[in-house]
Amino acid sequence: MKELIKNLTETYGPSGSETRVRQLIEEEVRALSDQVRVDSMGNLMALKKGDGSGRKVMLAAHMDEIGVIVTHVDQKGFLRFGAVGGLRPLVLIGSRVLFANGVTGTIGVEKLDSPNKVPPLDKLYIDVGAVSKDALSVGVGDAACFVRPFVDQGNRLTAKAFDDRIGCAILIQTLRTLIDTPHDVYFVFTVQEEVGLRGARTSAYGVDPDVGIAVDVTTTGDTPEAHPMAVSLGNGPAIKVKDSGMLTHPGVKNLLIDTAERLGLPYQIEVLERGTTDGYAMQVSRAGVPTGVISIATRYVHTPSEMIDYNDVLNSVKLLAGLLSNLIELA
Amino acid sequence: MLLERLSNAFGPSGCEEEVRDIILDAIKDDIDEHRVDALGNLIALRKARGSSLKGFPRRVMVAAHMDEVGLMITHIEKEGWLRFARVGGVDARVLLAKAVVIGDKRVPGVIGIKPIHLMREDERTKMPRIEDLYIDTGSSDRSQAEKLVKVGDYAVFSTRFAAVKESPLRAVKGKAFDDRVGCAVLAELLKQDYAFDLYATFTTQEEVGLRGAQVAAYAVDPDVAFALEGTICDDMPRKRDVSPGTRMGQGPAITIMDRSVIVDKRLVKLLLQSADKLEIPHQFKQSVTGGTDAGAIHLAREGIPAAVVSVPSRYIHSPVCMLSLSDLEHTVTLMDEALHRLEGGLPE
Repeated sequence: MKELIKNLTETYGPSGSETRVRQLIEEEVRALSDQVRVDSMGNLMALKKGDGSGRKVMLAAHMDEIGVIVTHVDQKGFLRFGAVGGLRPLVLIGSRVLFANGVTGTIGVEKLDSPNKVPPLDKLYIDVGAVSKDALSVGVGDAACFVRPFVDQGNRLTAKAFDDRIGCAILIQTLRTLIDTPHDVYFVFTVQEEVGLRGARTSAYGVDPDVGIAVDVTTTGDTPEAHPMAVSLGNGPAIKVKDSGMLTHPGVKNLLIDTAERLGLPYQIEVLERGTTDGYAMQVSRAGVPTGVISIATRYVHTPSEMIDYNDVLNSVKLLAGLLSNLIELA
Repeated sequence: MLLERLSNAFGPSGCEEEVRDIILDAIKDDIDEHRVDALGNLIALRKARGSSLKGFPRRVMVAAHMDEVGLMITHIEKEGWLRFARVGGVDARVLLAKAVVIGDKRVPGVIGIKPIHLMREDERTKMPRIEDLYIDTGSSDRSQAEKLVKVGDYAVFSTRFAAVKESPLRAVKGKAFDDRVGCAVLAELLKQDYAFDLYATFTTQEEVGLRGAQVAAYAVDPDVAFALEGTICDDMPRKRDVSPGTRMGQGPAITIMDRSVIVDKRLVKLLLQSADKLEIPHQFKQSVTGGTDAGAIHLAREGIPAAVVSVPSRYIHSPVCMLSLSDLEHTVTLMDEALHRLEGGLPE
């Protein structure tokens, strides 16, 4: 599974430019699914049919990652940019970004009036090594994402875009391991989560599921002087209770907890103070969908180097596959 | 000129009747059906004409919003001053010493400011707070003011539309070009024949959160959609070589991404092909700020490919905007060509 994770994280895919990630995933899921389709927003939906005795379940993980988009090219060929998703200038300076056509840029910063203060985004620029404006092969409207190789540190893995390629990997691996299920399971790989859960909103409308489960990353409280949070790397899949967009349906939350207990899997409970996931969009789709979220504890979210624990990933696959193998009764 | 009548009309978010009446009067001979929905959107249908299609798209929605930013009276002081809140994004600095009209009776008023003679040094450099401002209707107490206005009345700037004489860019000035210029472009498009049903949708309440477009898109359920806008133009002289947003006089602005939408890449391509074919000057909107009706439309139901085309407008959301009539005409030409190209489907 590490090979899959490496390929997914190293692929280019800022919000709105998910084509390559989608192609990669489509190759993985096509042979394993009964039906695959791409909707008008670009969401990839792979259906594994049940035996008719179960429910319609939608699993969602988003394909897109945060990035930058060029808004202006100056006379010397430096690029000004806007944020695609939640970018913090603090982690940008000195970072490298990659455009769809393979051009790499370095993020630089103007001379600052107050060097000790974090500069706003409009003081930063991208330097693609241009010697003049004319020779550029990137321009206004082109999006770029971080460049970083996947690093396997044993139990711990570091890469860009674990948010949410690790969710995509977990969905793919679940589909690989799921032999029989009573449910019609829609494995939905969504677009544009980072700019407002947009793909999940339209795909949830399209699928119209009975139950929804999103798989995404969450922050942790296990680093030096971190904001207090009872989520740590390696403590198991995090079962969400609340974030800033949703309160988890208690029936789905209990189903996740009961399944973990039944299978003897470690798990932890997540309360996220800031941020939300595709689960929010699914929950409020149409007349409402009972929805839960499995989160992967992730350090340094929205930086070029996010870190996770591999056992959390493996246990999340077991949890999902276990849940989908049985009938679902929501209390 | 339709733009003149639209610009002069009174139409803050939630109070679009006057604008809607003007539009309906202007388009009535060009449409087959129309209706006004529960939120006040005017949904006008010009049915498919001429050659039949390959089958896609059958329904195309083009939207422009009727509402403008404005003010709403919240309280009448015992001295007769009117306190107010903003409706949509209004910068407090542009309000000082401006003439407005208020309510159904279109009562004139002035937003007061202390004369410069009496201002302390620190007052001259301080940003005013909305809650400290008031509208003066020339009344001497609350009971007099209450005969003219009531709490809940809207106010808009009282600017009259005019041509900027001798302007090489063929500039005009007026209020509410965001988005009466979009409405004017859309009315022109209704005079053309297309091989699909064209739903010209004049929306309400865009400035307070794309509300009209959200329900209109659900109802129309189009295959493809466009939003027409009067957008941010920030091309004033400056020292730093940074983004101008758009530039007035350089043609329609095509959006790639803003706060509300990442535009469908096939539609960007369609627009660029259209512009290239007819050699229409055009530009990209060089900023990711602002939202448009396309933000609500593209998320309707299962998702709808949507694009945004804008007429660059300087000083939007202020008492007086400026735009180039050449940009307006080029926007009509670009959209007409793009809609004809769309008859053959979306580009790959």
